[in-house]
Amino acid sequence: MIRQDGPGDGLDVDAIVEASIATGGETIDDLSVDEVAARPPRSPFKVAMRRFMKHRLALISLIFLVLLGLVAVLAPLVAPADPNAVDLRSLRAPPSPGHILGTDSAGRDVLSRLIFGARVSLTVGVAAAISAAGIGTILGLTAGFTRGWVDTVIMRVVDIFLSFPSLIVILLLVAILGPSVTTIVVVIALFEWPTSCRIVRQMTLALREHDFVLAARASGSSNFRIMRRHILSGVTSPLTVVATLLSAQAILLEAALSFLGLGVRPPQASWGGMLNEAQSITVLAGLPWLWLPPGIAIASTVLAINFVGDGLRDAFDPRQTR
Amino acid sequence: MSLAESGSISPPLLSVENLHVTFHGGEGKVQAVRGVTWEIRSGEVLGIVGESGSGKSVSVASILGLLPSPPAVVSGGPVTFEGKNLLDLRERELRSIRGKEIAMIFQDPMTAFNPVQTIGHQISEAIRVHDRTVKRSAARDRSIELLSMVGVPSPTTRYAQFPHEYSGGMRQRAMIAMAIANHPKLLIADEPTTALDVTIQAQVLELLDVVRKETDAATILITHDLGVIAEVADRVLVMYAGKVVESTAILPLFQSPRHPYTLGLLASLPRLDVDMETLFSIPGQPPDMSHPPPGCAFAPRCSLSRDRSICRAQDPPLIRVGDAWSACHFVDEMEGEVAAVSQEVGTDIRAGES
Repeated sequence: MIRQDGPGDGLDVDAIVEASIATGGETIDDLSVDEVAARPPRSPFKVAMRRFMKHRLALISLIFLVLLGLVAVLAPLVAPADPNAVDLRSLRAPPSPGHILGTDSAGRDVLSRLIFGARVSLTVGVAAAISAAGIGTILGLTAGFTRGWVDTVIMRVVDIFLSFPSLIVILLLVAILGPSVTTIVVVIALFEWPTSCRIVRQMTLALREHDFVLAARASGSSNFRIMRRHILSGVTSPLTVVATLLSAQAILLEAALSFLGLGVRPPQASWGGMLNEAQSITVLAGLPWLWLPPGIAIASTVLAINFVGDGLRDAFDPRQTR
Repeated sequence: MSLAESGSISPPLLSVENLHVTFHGGEGKVQAVRGVTWEIRSGEVLGIVGESGSGKSVSVASILGLLPSPPAVVSGGPVTFEGKNLLDLRERELRSIRGKEIAMIFQDPMTAFNPVQTIGHQISEAIRVHDRTVKRSAARDRSIELLSMVGVPSPTTRYAQFPHEYSGGMRQRAMIAMAIANHPKLLIADEPTTALDVTIQAQVLELLDVVRKETDAATILITHDLGVIAEVADRVLVMYAGKVVESTAILPLFQSPRHPYTLGLLASLPRLDVDMETLFSIPGQPPDMSHPPPGCAFAPRCSLSRDRSICRAQDPPLIRVGDAWSACHFVDEMEGEVAAVSQEVGTDIRAGES
């Protein structure tokens, strides 16, 4: 049936007998050992990716986000006009072939501002989510792995952060530090890390009790190594889902800050800032091209990110069998 | 006190003296191991038997500092391995012994491997943990060699597979491959066959034997299965309620047990060659280890004690009886007791073959 590759040490017969018993009865039915051995390894990551690909809504959303990202990166090439160029002859002009989405109160091209505004929103969304997930992971791992007083201190800090009315504190902080993309990212990350910290800690507490962690300790691995090799890999999938959803929240927060005039500095275009101009009832009632495009952009981006998050969650869920 | 077989001159590889392990919980202390003394020499197979909670796994895990502390508190000692007291070593020094000098084989190979990493990766990792100078490719070659050594067919393909793609027996083989990766001097197998089919059990035991002969590592085999002990061990420790109650070479254990608990275990073995109406069992329950009885822990369940006051009052020391060691006040009455129990069970339990 099979030839063992290694040196014949008298175990060949054993191995073959056992392999046939095992494959016949235990794990895989009706497959010869050769077939089992020849099958490509099923990596959990690959399995998850295949499942994700079958999640149509998530896949469409992902494509949308990738396109949006490309547009944002290539903004100077894609935008029909300079987003800050003032055209005094056409203030608040309705959509026309010259300005596809019309112009705003200062005579600037709305489409160009929309395209450049994507840069701010996506940067803030991605950077804030990654920083928040990073801080949360480090502190969550530390809390869950060391336990004791370290755990208590970290988790009480998390509780304090989660019990703040975050928007008010963020407003205050931005007002003190001065509005800029960096400030917004830092401030949002500061208030979003507790969510990821809690999840990472919870996963760590569950993972550290596994036998393979004890086995790793018994084979001489240090705590740091165990965290990196065994705990982090188990935390990655739920963390990815959380980070995705956090980036949607960050985009919403940035829009809210800009809407309140505490976002990026005025001439620079951002979606929330564009909405800021639509505060008056005249604009709302008569000039829909000023607030509809940024509104739709924010809503569809956040919706797309949430769909991707859902898709990832389903893909990583071990109970799913698709 | 020394349990050394007379005539042997080589110093023991590992000697454990008066080891205590206590778990400090919310409801007082649980004394899992209460003063255990034993030793093992190179190339020897020491079996440790006892029922669940007798402290057999805990005593071994405590030696390597694998118990979570708190709640576990290890005291007593010394535990001497190659001239060093393991209980005094710092975590860093212990780490260089774990997996390199002393390796463990766990009960359930399904849970002892990380399910999201390939088997090969985990074996390579076990090699590279102790020697960062080993290149990834070299570790891979060595792992494949190890897999083939323990009888995993097509090791190159198997190297890249995940634990769920292995059968139970194959996983245990891979586990053994990982344990011997760094040429340990001592292998500790904690119930290595309990999670396996009976048919696979024999093969894994045989593999352990082959591996031991090839690497000349001493082996500690922890099990509750006297059949497994009979097959591979040279010497046996019988543990009850955190203490060693009998220590002897393998044949005398089956031929003339020196402790009523051992006798009970032997009598409890189901026999295929005898028609038995009911299976023998030791009456009662093991004691509550948060309040161990002052006398012999086995006295309430003992058929030999017959409520004699000394059993309840005084904890019997482990004393030498011929070539064996026994912790029983009435060890001289064991001959008669063996005969009596044999009569009750309906067959001579001393048959030697179990």
